[in-house]
Amino acid sequence: MNYRAIAKSLGIVVFIEGVCMLPSLLVSLIYRENDAKAFVYSIVITITVGLLLYRIHAKSSNFYTRDGFAVVSLSWILVSFFGSLPFLLSRTIPAPIDAFFESVSGFSTTGATILQEIESLPKGILFWRSFTHWMGGMGVLVLTLAVLPSVGASSFHIMKAEATGPSTEKLVPKLGQSAKILYTIYTVLTAAQVIFLLIAGMPLYDSLIHAFSSGGTGGFSNRNLSVSAYGNVFIEVIITAFVLLFGVNFGLYFQILKGNFRNFYRDEEFRFYIGTVLVSVLIITLQLSAKGIFTFGESLRHSSFQVASIITTTGYVTTDFNLWPALSKCILMILMLIGASAGSTSGGMKCIRILLLFKIARREVAKIIHPRAVHTVKSGGRVVDEDTLSKTLAFFFIHFAILAISVLVVSLDGKDMTSTVTSVIATLSNTGPGLEIVGPTGNFYSFSVLSKLVFSFCMIAGRLELIPMLMIFSPNAWKKGNI
Amino acid sequence: MRIIIIGDGKVGYSLAENLSKEDNDVTVIDKDPEALKKADEYLDVMCIKGNGVSMKVLTEAGIRQCDLLIAATASDEMNMVCCLTGKKLGAKHTIARIRDPEYADELTLLKKELGLDLVFNPERAAAREIARMLRFPKAMNVEIFARGHVEMVEVRVVDSMPIAGKKIKDIFASNASFVLIGAILRNNEVIIPKGDYTIETNDTIFVVGRPSNISSFLNHLGLYSQKVKNVMIVGGGRTPYYLTKSLEESGMRVKLIELDYERCLVLSELLPHSIIIHGDGSDESVLLSENLPDMDAFIALTGRDEDNFMAALLAKQAGVQKVVVKINRLNYINIIKTAGIDSVVNPSLITVNLILRYARGMKNALDNPIEALYRIVDNQAEAVEFSVNEDADYLDIPLKKLKLIDGVLVAVLVRKNKIIIPHGDDVIKLGDRVIVISKNLKVSSLSGIIAPGGISFELQSNR
Repeated sequence: MNYRAIAKSLGIVVFIEGVCMLPSLLVSLIYRENDAKAFVYSIVITITVGLLLYRIHAKSSNFYTRDGFAVVSLSWILVSFFGSLPFLLSRTIPAPIDAFFESVSGFSTTGATILQEIESLPKGILFWRSFTHWMGGMGVLVLTLAVLPSVGASSFHIMKAEATGPSTEKLVPKLGQSAKILYTIYTVLTAAQVIFLLIAGMPLYDSLIHAFSSGGTGGFSNRNLSVSAYGNVFIEVIITAFVLLFGVNFGLYFQILKGNFRNFYRDEEFRFYIGTVLVSVLIITLQLSAKGIFTFGESLRHSSFQVASIITTTGYVTTDFNLWPALSKCILMILMLIGASAGSTSGGMKCIRILLLFKIARREVAKIIHPRAVHTVKSGGRVVDEDTLSKTLAFFFIHFAILAISVLVVSLDGKDMTSTVTSVIATLSNTGPGLEIVGPTGNFYSFSVLSKLVFSFCMIAGRLELIPMLMIFSPNAWKKGNI
Repeated sequence: MRIIIIGDGKVGYSLAENLSKEDNDVTVIDKDPEALKKADEYLDVMCIKGNGVSMKVLTEAGIRQCDLLIAATASDEMNMVCCLTGKKLGAKHTIARIRDPEYADELTLLKKELGLDLVFNPERAAAREIARMLRFPKAMNVEIFARGHVEMVEVRVVDSMPIAGKKIKDIFASNASFVLIGAILRNNEVIIPKGDYTIETNDTIFVVGRPSNISSFLNHLGLYSQKVKNVMIVGGGRTPYYLTKSLEESGMRVKLIELDYERCLVLSELLPHSIIIHGDGSDESVLLSENLPDMDAFIALTGRDEDNFMAALLAKQAGVQKVVVKINRLNYINIIKTAGIDSVVNPSLITVNLILRYARGMKNALDNPIEALYRIVDNQAEAVEFSVNEDADYLDIPLKKLKLIDGVLVAVLVRKNKIIIPHGDDVIKLGDRVIVISKNLKVSSLSGIIAPGGISFELQSNR
């Protein structure tokens, strides 16, 4: 491990986080609430620490995959820590562990909260909460890559570790350029959502908050009742459409910009994603209207909003789906685990992995029927190499292993089974709300400190797709002169 | 610039490495995913797995907006087809590696018919470089500028030389300065020296000047160059073939040792004036029985770096004055130089220099075309020759009044056939060729070496 080079990279990331707090400071100054001081202190602390770390002189310039992974996982922990400063210093969230949880939940775009009352919080703090979603969605480090004037080739490890999905491809030959394109698409989509929300009648401040949260597929709102507080069908339709858009691989948008519409709608993962959404909406709508919970129109409205919000792991709510029938709740839980597309801002396991797992399963069956046949797994007409397949299988196992262990630890709190399991699923998949205690109307406040730490780990691990977080727990990675 | 490289072998990889470092958008195409893995991991380039001949793959790589297509796969024919297809699909410039001697004679026709802008042959380029080294056997390395009117030689300073321990300005005070020390390599670090710099034993100096002046300077240093007459070459591949052919033409006697009998037969047919010996060139007894100690030069050119190195050590031990080794792996070069073998040739490095020169020349085709480019020690420094074809604001200003950026030296001015080692009062004129030595910089045009505010307003208005 090249500790000095890692520390230097962390310094840059922390410095950029400090700069990113400035808009929130501006908001708190505009609304003249008592949180401006907290932001000033946080910014000064964060930028100072960032600069101090940056001043460390790296003795050697060797930077390998393991260093890249260490930078990613450590910077997420650091960024979450500094992100919790505004909550702590403004005394809005007095307990450090709660503030850390809230910050992790923000950056990892989970949207799980320990706050019981949101609307009374200062506007600047709420803005920061949503802004962390927006930064975390596309990635704090990808943002760093996009704004740095020159990035070395070794930074590709960083982008690979932070971007979602089993295989990351550059859009253009230059890494920095790719990161810039991603952030440009991201910013344009977010701005479009703000404009649409304004047209639908949402105030500017609320529009920004909701656009940031949908952009990162996070789910923090500035209202206690989330999106249902507005009771406005147009707003719900706009948010549904935009979270679904943010759940699409951003590489496909780049294809559209280049004029390749074919690649867009022919993309296998895109089709699987949209297909899953449509089928889930259909089943839930039919069940809700058949059981007489809502009228058909209302069923369609709530099921489509909820399905879009859950599969993209956003976690906005328009109705308490905890009261829905079992089948509908189970579908939502499965969607939570699946998540949206690779290369999007969503969490979960990602559609492409599920698709590959289905294909691997099909191959296993085919191998029994034709033992001598040579089978290759293809995706989008291209052969997927065996390395990616075994990584996908390993990912699937690790996902459930972490899920199981976390459930065991959280169950120490003695909550009911559904709450315990769904709370872990909701954090590991970066969704936010689960069922029962952590359902749409509940929150994570009542859990113990240990559980909150486990949830925080799950959220970062889920956002970084597990492996980087596991690596920092491997003693071999840190030993000097390791072999 | 958008550049597509087909073939991720040794040459392809190091081209991708160097071109991407010079801020070009590089895409690499190869059939073998294993080969691409390294490029993907260590370089800031885009990798595409596929056949470079296929239109689909080329289109995916963005051939329509491509400025430069370089085909460097193992097969000559494939490279030609790639370039042909690429050109038809919209690549602005195409470069192909064509190295089969059979094609060498038809190159002009091939270039014209396939629309190739440049053809490179690493083996032939390496042979040319070695032939040049043999002309200055005491120098470690020789590079040419201005079509051979100016040379740059690399010399290691030893105790017995009169310049050791002297300041540069003192050396040339006693010795009319027709040559210039453009760069010094000390402890693996390149220094662009100033007049008060002291030369020490074990420094490697790079001397620039007219060939005849360099000869007399080397004589002054005590390096009386005996003419090389007898050359022994180990290995019978393409480089030895080209080299033997050119050495034969300049009247040297060549003894070539090759392991493969069939190849020996072919060579003896192609090279009737040389002695072809069937034997193992890394076997000491074979070398000694062929009178190794009587040779003026020994050149190891087999395909294996290790064999070349061992054979070279044997030759050095036997007292051969000029030993040249071909090394394919760049990272061996420093180890080999520490072992006392000074002249190392790397075909892919030569090729990379050639193509970098072309690529950089494309960027500023109108401003100052690059005529030659050589890189010194691990790319730490480079010597670039520009020609001044356009009027520019730095012309006709005495050099002492021009403020240059740090680490840059204007080494030589070539005006018509006059070679000028510039002093403070000399000026750059339209039509000159200018050789610039720079450290840690990628100079792509002459205006790039002038520091911001280097030309004062006063001077500009005076013109």
